[in-house]
Amino acid sequence: MSKGMIRNLLRRDTRADRVVPPTGFTAQLTLFVSGAMAFLAVFALALSLASGRVADRWASELAGAATLRINAPADQRAAQTEAALNVLQQTPGVASARALTSEEQATLLSPWFGPDLPLDTLPIPQLIEIIEGEPGLDAAGLRLRLGAEVPGAVLDDHTRWREPLVDAANSLRRLGWISILLIGGATAAMITLAANASLAANAQIIEVLRQVGARDRFIARAFVRRFTFRALFGAAVGTLLGMSGVLLLPEASDTGGFLTGLGFQGIGWLLPVLIPVLGAAVAFLATWSAAQRKLKELS
Amino acid sequence: MGAGVIELDNISYTYGGGELLSDVSLQLQPGSFHFLTGPSGAGKTTLLKLCYGALLPTSGKLMAFGEDIASMDRDQMALLRRRIGVVHQDCRFLDHMTLAENVALPLMVSGRSENGQQDDLTELLSWVGLGSRLEAHPPELSGGERQRAALARAVILSPDVVLADEPTGNVDWEMSQRLLRLLIELNRMGKTVLIATHDLSLIRAAKSQVQARVLRIAQRRVQLAGADL
Repeated sequence: MSKGMIRNLLRRDTRADRVVPPTGFTAQLTLFVSGAMAFLAVFALALSLASGRVADRWASELAGAATLRINAPADQRAAQTEAALNVLQQTPGVASARALTSEEQATLLSPWFGPDLPLDTLPIPQLIEIIEGEPGLDAAGLRLRLGAEVPGAVLDDHTRWREPLVDAANSLRRLGWISILLIGGATAAMITLAANASLAANAQIIEVLRQVGARDRFIARAFVRRFTFRALFGAAVGTLLGMSGVLLLPEASDTGGFLTGLGFQGIGWLLPVLIPVLGAAVAFLATWSAAQRKLKELS
Repeated sequence: MGAGVIELDNISYTYGGGELLSDVSLQLQPGSFHFLTGPSGAGKTTLLKLCYGALLPTSGKLMAFGEDIASMDRDQMALLRRRIGVVHQDCRFLDHMTLAENVALPLMVSGRSENGQQDDLTELLSWVGLGSRLEAHPPELSGGERQRAALARAVILSPDVVLADEPTGNVDWEMSQRLLRLLIELNRMGKTVLIATHDLSLIRAAKSQVQARVLRIAQRRVQLAGADL
């Protein structure tokens, strides 16, 4: 389909509009379907974008860091910690390494054991925070070296925490996009049905037009233009309502977790503007193909 | 073959397993006047529909203005129908449009502005005696008015050929004579006219006014009618 043909099909033609009278049922159906689908698409898009942001944040927050745990008897813990720090200082890819203080370890455990935990009386392992640098940490090589020099050291590079979380967030993002595709498909199917109903209802008019020498593009124009602009209008209203709904959602906060971050940020607010345009494009293609099929059938 | 505006060469048409027309050959010369007669169900409407491409022959060759109809696409077929004005037995109109708009429909669909041709349209409707009914809607028209409106619509693009299927089927004698005079007048303007009718009195009335060829469909074939008509 050429640009000229698309322009021609969408060009306002009062003659084509006058010849084919609008049918109330299909007009209302198209407006409602495109509005409802655009509304849902806004939320699917918000979910997808929020999931993407969460996946990126989790990936970046947990990547680039590792934790070394020293499980040693109390009398050997300080020596093994010192030995581990020495190893880490000589290891390529380690930007910095430091042993957590007793206060920091107590803060980490306080959500589970309360603030008054007597760390000195418990066999709590010593934690060492490792910040990765260039050229990246060779976890397998470091484990081998620590195994030989610091027998009580266990390296945790956060992979087992990071991967399932990032996978879950990415799955949510994919689900969001799949939902948008399904919404597009459902919109196309409904508009095709409405266009077919409208073409069938006007079969006699089409017959008369054919008898007097109307070309298919003249007949199709009356339907395609009408359905495209109805879908554009319906989707614009649905998108506006959807964006208002997203605006009313609570703002992202640490205490609220993932659910409060469902929304658009920055340039992401411009993306829903594409929904009415895409809705109109879907309606255009659906009606054009329905008109082609029906006109061929009626000839 | 050649020189005819519409030429049928050994055309057969089969529908639902039965042959409706068999080995029909016919040539409509420019400016000629033809009657096609025969009993109801003989295939007059089918032959007319073949002439303007509403039906395609099962076998044989059908040419219109030198082009093979079978090889035309839908766009070419639309252009062909602008050169062949058809008055159907059941004149169909768009009921939501006025009579003037209905008659101007061929102008609309062919992209010509009706505004510049308003005078011609009024003149045409006056010519068929409907000058005072411009704003009427089709359901308000009588049978005769519908037939005349259909004739006006068929000729508004000044086609080369006018095909009329039982144009006097639903009107009284006086109105049928009026319609006949309009068709004869069109023929005098150089249009090729083919009228399908089972009304022999119409044919007899025409013979004194125009040199008409009378064809008869019998037993699925077209023959030149004898002097008994």
